[in-house]
Amino acid sequence: MKPGSTSAASFALLRRDLLLVWRRRGDALNPLLFAIIVVALFPFALGPEAAVLSRIAAGTIFVAVLLAMLLSLDALFRSDLEDGSLEQLVVSPHPLALLLGCKILVHWMTTALPLIVIAPLLAQLLQLPDKTLPVLLTALALATPLLSLIGAVCVALTVGMRRSGMLLTLLVLPLIVPALIFGAGACNAAQNGFAYSAPLLWLAAWLVLALILAPLAAAAALKISLT
Amino acid sequence: MNPLVLWFHKLGSPPYFYRFAGKWLPWLYALALICGAVGLYGALFTAPADYQQGDSFRIMYVHVPCAWMGLFAYLFMAANGFVGLVWRIKLSETLAMASAPVGAAFTFITLVTGSLWGKPTWGTWWTWDARLTSELVLLFLYFGVIGLYHAIEDRRQAARAAAFLALIGIVNLPIVHYSVIWWNTLHQAQTVSLVGPSKIAPSMLWPLLTLAFATHVYFFASVLARSRVALLELESGKDWVRALLPATETPHD
Amino acid sequence: MSSIQTEPAPLESAPLLQAQSLRFARNDEAIFGPLDFSLHAGETVLIEGDNGSGKTTLLKVLSGLLEATSGSVLLHGTPLTLAKLSHQVALLGHLLGLKLELSALENLRFATGIGGIRPGITPHLALASVGLEGFEDAPLRTLSAGQRKRVALARLLLVPAALWLLDEPYANLDRGGIDLVNRLLEHHARRGGAALITSHGAYAFTSGTPRRLALKTAA
Repeated sequence: MKPGSTSAASFALLRRDLLLVWRRRGDALNPLLFAIIVVALFPFALGPEAAVLSRIAAGTIFVAVLLAMLLSLDALFRSDLEDGSLEQLVVSPHPLALLLGCKILVHWMTTALPLIVIAPLLAQLLQLPDKTLPVLLTALALATPLLSLIGAVCVALTVGMRRSGMLLTLLVLPLIVPALIFGAGACNAAQNGFAYSAPLLWLAAWLVLALILAPLAAAAALKISLT
Repeated sequence: MNPLVLWFHKLGSPPYFYRFAGKWLPWLYALALICGAVGLYGALFTAPADYQQGDSFRIMYVHVPCAWMGLFAYLFMAANGFVGLVWRIKLSETLAMASAPVGAAFTFITLVTGSLWGKPTWGTWWTWDARLTSELVLLFLYFGVIGLYHAIEDRRQAARAAAFLALIGIVNLPIVHYSVIWWNTLHQAQTVSLVGPSKIAPSMLWPLLTLAFATHVYFFASVLARSRVALLELESGKDWVRALLPATETPHD
Repeated sequence: MSSIQTEPAPLESAPLLQAQSLRFARNDEAIFGPLDFSLHAGETVLIEGDNGSGKTTLLKVLSGLLEATSGSVLLHGTPLTLAKLSHQVALLGHLLGLKLELSALENLRFATGIGGIRPGITPHLALASVGLEGFEDAPLRTLSAGQRKRVALARLLLVPAALWLLDEPYANLDRGGIDLVNRLLEHHARRGGAALITSHGAYAFTSGTPRRLALKTAA
């Protein structure tokens, strides 16, 4: 791979961002802990009855995962903005959308992937029936990249704001609600013995659309925010 | 050049727009008031009581026009936002941002009146069916746009960022409109259509259309008024704004 | 609002960089312009001006980060859009664009991945040339501001670019560092590159006489 080519640049960015997460791997655990805590609180609030918990299990896990991802979303561009690296990316000869796509990929790999890996643990905490677990994992695998992608566009719009925390959540949530409805809906359908492929296919379709459009939108939003 | 196109270009200039809007505002408000009064009279007195719901259905005359306006306002905001983003026209940015709070208010009224209507009719203040849910999501989208606009200091950059967000959220609009058809919902199906016969009695229909017209006129009046104020703020250093102030200061360089 | 005064430029072949009637305004308040100048290969131009005269903004417009309000920037005769940069421009801004948690070597490896690498030089050599031998693997967090600046200068050595846009290159550097910058600029000019640097004017360009562009703020 020739240094300076677009593929070399993408790999260099991927490697650098993964290295940065590794250097601060303590921080990377925060979303995991948050999701576990949120899920663990529900049996305390609702009582330990398995029937009650298993009814809400899929949806609760989905919400916990989504909120955990929102926590780390704010930091997506922050450090790059503060030390001037973002400027260098914008000025580089490579398509900004592709470079942002790499950053979004790292965000998903370091936040969502661990969450999906511990999803079976969360499922056990809430007594999710075993037959629903594969559907839950598939739905999470489809919905979490959607959240990273749509979230990145919203982060690009609020980049550089000092107190953007709640605003970012307000911006992302309406846009991510359909993914939540369909993702959790698929799990609940599977749990009750109904067909569940339709919502999963919808999720997949939106994901494909977002994979193409979201990086472009994030690049455009970033250019608006940086002027 | 075509005089209409010329006038359109002139309208983009803030001082001209300020005068133009100021001239038309009282007439628009008057028209909205009169049509609103006529429509309300028809809604409350002339229209016969519904055979199923009795008189409680009359809240429809507030609920439905507000629902239509909530969606229309979003389209207006997104269209102006698009123009403002692509062609950097200050007036479009201003109009887009001015219509956001108005649209949010209409959406809020829709939700509240819908809730008041739902209680006697369905027995519940709220339900999470597709139309209500997407209307609530629309309200949150409005809040997001307004919130983002107020969070950025540079007014023009703020307008561009908020307009961008509005365009992203526009996907939600068809979902709101078609949700009654796509999913079986508790909410009643569409009865008024733009083409073809409507499924509602004519004596009930005309007050509804009159009120719909009145709310549209009111929307434009409100947006024009807000835009005038916003333009004054945006252009506060300029000569044309200074010229509007009463001449009490001593001359300076 | 800044006006410009230039000294007559030497007549040469097609300019590397050209600014035509370049103006930038924020919220209808003019920052600089209209500006007309051109930069040829082998030239170094020093943009002087007080704080707030628009020097940094000018560099951002020339690099494509900001869009000019009116006028155009031409790179090798073609209008500058970000898409056409293709390894021709290196920007050293106020913020260095280096990650503090990574070492100098890791930062440079990333930079060459993005921007390519000049033949005949390696990150180790570059770091040695800027006087950071022995500091290759320390996280930038542990280095001083001057040392971090030197890492950024090493990046300039490594990544090929015809046009250098340097904002306050002398900032945070000691006497040795200032000499280093001047040596780098001379070397770049001899190689046929061009450079545009901004400065408060406090540190003089000690070798040769660069063309000066003065951006003055209105009184």
